[in-house]
Amino acid sequence: MIAIIDYNTGNLRSVVNAVRRAGAEYVLTADPRIIERADRVLLPGVGEASSAMANLRATGLDEVIPRLTMPVLGICIGVQLMCAGSEEGNVRTMGIFPTEVRRFEADKQQGIKVPHMGWNRIEQLKTPLFDGVAEGSWIYYVHSFAPDLCDYTVARTTYGREFSGALARDNFFGTQFHPEKSGSVGARIIENFIKL
Amino acid sequence: MDVKDGRTVKGINFVGLKDVGDAVELGKRYAEQGADELVYLDITATAEGRSTFTKLVERISLEIDIPFTVGGGIGSLDDAARLLDAGADKISINSAAIRTPELIDTLAAKYGSQFVVVAIDARQIDARWMATTHGGRKPTDRELFEWAREAEQRGAGEILFTSMDHDGTKAGYPCDTFARLAEELSIPIIASGGAGSVEDIAEVLTTGRADAALAASIFHYGQITVSELKEQLKLKNINVRV
Repeated sequence: MIAIIDYNTGNLRSVVNAVRRAGAEYVLTADPRIIERADRVLLPGVGEASSAMANLRATGLDEVIPRLTMPVLGICIGVQLMCAGSEEGNVRTMGIFPTEVRRFEADKQQGIKVPHMGWNRIEQLKTPLFDGVAEGSWIYYVHSFAPDLCDYTVARTTYGREFSGALARDNFFGTQFHPEKSGSVGARIIENFIKL
Repeated sequence: MDVKDGRTVKGINFVGLKDVGDAVELGKRYAEQGADELVYLDITATAEGRSTFTKLVERISLEIDIPFTVGGGIGSLDDAARLLDAGADKISINSAAIRTPELIDTLAAKYGSQFVVVAIDARQIDARWMATTHGGRKPTDRELFEWAREAEQRGAGEILFTSMDHDGTKAGYPCDTFARLAEELSIPIIASGGAGSVEDIAEVLTTGRADAALAASIFHYGQITVSELKEQLKLKNINVRV
């Protein structure tokens, strides 16, 4: 059973549908007792980092998530909340990945528009999350902020600067891109997570 | 894809599809061929048609794993909310935005700019590009560049620009107009209407500085597949996902 954490950060339908396509059973919940007993935990989320973090704190999940021992995957805002802090709303976050989330700087000459919205590539892939995923695969991004590189970076993407497209530490994983919208590559990553 | 009563309309000549009218099957096929995003426009105007369209959006979201935009007949925050809740990644507004520009602010504030595509259909009238509504039939007093800038300031995440002078002609895009839009805006611009060949699309993505190109007929009629198009664009050194 996959617990998909529902903490009022917008539409979870795409993530739910991707899990359904992968054929996995899931439950949408913010209940720590259900989350602690799940086989896998997904932390999705769209929206603004500081208010998303406030939502996690309101249910005590900011304390529960870092202690989980099953595979946990954060997507987009989800992975940002697993980092140490974010420039968005100047918030301190869960600190699972010791890195900071910073905004992109628009640069017309270089064609860098913010938000970074569309397909880009992931490089220097590590960990079983990317089993069967080729170097340089294309995945889909929608974001204005991204985690800096750190020792736990397991996929890199360049958009104006190099950033962590994915992070992994022990049982914790996170993707800044949206595997649920990344075609067959994304489907493979979700299947890999389910099989971890 | 233009959708009426839940089914794709426009002549479609697609070999190997059992039901070419099914919008989900067709979208899946394009996604498999490497389309980067899909756009579904509801061209039914009835309340019944709209509810059918919402059901369709739910099915698309369940079955298709690339981003998709929906539009057509979105006149209010409620219409947009219904489609986003059904699973659409972005909504495209056109006439309603011209009628009530504040709708852009409301949608951007509620869902974020990345959800809001403002579509502009414009044509040249006395050498000025003027926005039109109702598929180009109704002129407005909004000048293209000024309106596009306002839409951006109000929170549009992307501009989908169609030249009604070129749409359906297969004569290519007005590339200087696209380049000027790119100069004036800092949000992505999607070029629509007029693609007749790979060269046209390559030109609007290079000299026209468009961030993406939208095409329908050349795919529906089987003139070229999405994968063939992208392979050929790649040979022209255009950075595409293949």
